[in-house]
Amino acid sequence: MTGVVIGFIVLLALLVIVGIYFVGIYNGLVRKRNEKDNAWSQIDVQLKRRHDLIPNLVETVKGYAKHESGTLEAVIKARNQAVSAQGPAAAGQAEGILGAALGKLFALAEAYPDLKANQNFMMLQEELSSTENKIGFSRQAYNDAATRYNNAREVFPANLISGGFQKADLFEIQVAAEREVPNVKF
Amino acid sequence: MWEQIEKNRRRSTFIVLAMGVLLVGIGTVLGWSLTGQPQGAFFGGVIAFVVWLVMWLFAQSQGDDVMLHMAGAREIQKRDHPQLFNIVEEMMIAGQLPRMPRVFIIDDAAPNAFAVGRRQDKAAVAVTIGLLRILNRDELQGVVAHEIGHIKNRDVALMTTAGIMLGAIVLLAEFGTRAMWFGGGRRSRDSNGGGGAQLILMLVSLALIILAPILAQLIYFALSRRREYLADASGAMYTRWPEGLASALEKLGKTAVPQRDQSRVTAPMYINRPLRQGERRSFSSAFSTHPPLDKRISVLRGMGGRVDFGSYDQAYASVTGGHVVGARTRSASQQLAAAAPPPPAAGLAEPRERLRAASDAFLAGAGYQRLTCQNCQAVLKIPSGRRQPVSQCPRCGAPL
Repeated sequence: MTGVVIGFIVLLALLVIVGIYFVGIYNGLVRKRNEKDNAWSQIDVQLKRRHDLIPNLVETVKGYAKHESGTLEAVIKARNQAVSAQGPAAAGQAEGILGAALGKLFALAEAYPDLKANQNFMMLQEELSSTENKIGFSRQAYNDAATRYNNAREVFPANLISGGFQKADLFEIQVAAEREVPNVKF
Repeated sequence: MWEQIEKNRRRSTFIVLAMGVLLVGIGTVLGWSLTGQPQGAFFGGVIAFVVWLVMWLFAQSQGDDVMLHMAGAREIQKRDHPQLFNIVEEMMIAGQLPRMPRVFIIDDAAPNAFAVGRRQDKAAVAVTIGLLRILNRDELQGVVAHEIGHIKNRDVALMTTAGIMLGAIVLLAEFGTRAMWFGGGRRSRDSNGGGGAQLILMLVSLALIILAPILAQLIYFALSRRREYLADASGAMYTRWPEGLASALEKLGKTAVPQRDQSRVTAPMYINRPLRQGERRSFSSAFSTHPPLDKRISVLRGMGGRVDFGSYDQAYASVTGGHVVGARTRSASQQLAAAAPPPPAAGLAEPRERLRAASDAFLAGAGYQRLTCQNCQAVLKIPSGRRQPVSQCPRCGAPL
């Protein structure tokens, strides 16, 4: 009789311990997901900042380089696509195109000494390149957080209860397009 | 990272305790030899402890501002220096600090920088005018990243506490010397019995008074040297461009401008040891607060295009032998590096390289001729209409 009672108590205790263990795992997953979401919002802030700076830049360049309307339009188009992109994967692609368009614009500016010396342009250039850096750094922080989260939800035994946790996309800017040296024709 | 912070914390506890023992030791011996009674020893110890406690409390509430004030730093806003501000913000993101540190400028022609911040959300970074003058953007970023590394590794918090300990010990020792001259002498003349014992006690306390500040300072220095390497590693990781910090350090090493702030307490906090008036920088001195610059530079340059703690440790091992980064941090950083997509190679130089490639294309189109100096590898772009031939490299003066 007492043997059965003791056995029952031990079983109950084991169940409670296992339960606490899984609660701990679950909470850990939630924490990592929040960290990942928080890191993504950091990127979002910087992307928005970049989008906000671009109309100013285009206006400034227009005043000096009227003939480059094709490049300017490409920048505006890329910007509008980037603004409407949703989620890390789509945003990464759109930002890659935008980065390439901006690169071309700054390369063109080299041919206009007046524009290059313009205070406003210099400031915008610093702001934009700094924003680009910030995007890069927050991307790294986000990817680290997303990798930690993905690892945590895939390992045993967390994978038994991580059904409700979506796998996180990494944020990849299309580096190949961005790296391309602008093709200049004379 | 975590291991490093943990280790820092353990080590700081130990060092702060050691310095505390030293402090109370001075108080005890001083109290004993001044009063000649065992109760005096007890009171001396208590007084030493109270002195330290008051200083510590003061430092907890005001320490950062006192340090900044001692260095003559003044706070700036974004409009005063947008680039510096941007760089600090970039490094805040890269280092994942919870809040933007305050930014300070020091009116000093000597290039240098330091950071304070007992807590990560109340940090500050200070740079001198001289630093802003000689460094380019990448180099400045490297220096700021190094400072953010100090904040992130909790170095500055520890340095503040250790600095206060040092200050308290120096204070007590100075008080002791004075008391010896004026009080201790008279009392030992008055007492007839037990003069021999008192004399020995006097000698012991004299030795302690002379040795303690030196000892405390050595502990303080030992604290700071290793930390410089770790902050360099963090700096390389945050910027993903070790060359920026390396070339900044190189420029700092070449400077001969003496610095105004010569305080013993703030000196170890700077990225580079402040120079005294008329002093030339020697590249390796054993009792320096800072590791030799040339070693720091060659470790950074030996990282072979990778930027994690593991690569820094490998480079460190090949320069000096031995490890600087803890084993757990190394394996964690390798795991993350393996899982994460590779960072864009030479990430930060990229926009500039792109710009240069584009302008080269323009110049080639406009008929410019390219000439490479055999001596210093400078590339000259010479317009096609130029009449006199270029015979000398304008950078190094070698004949072409």
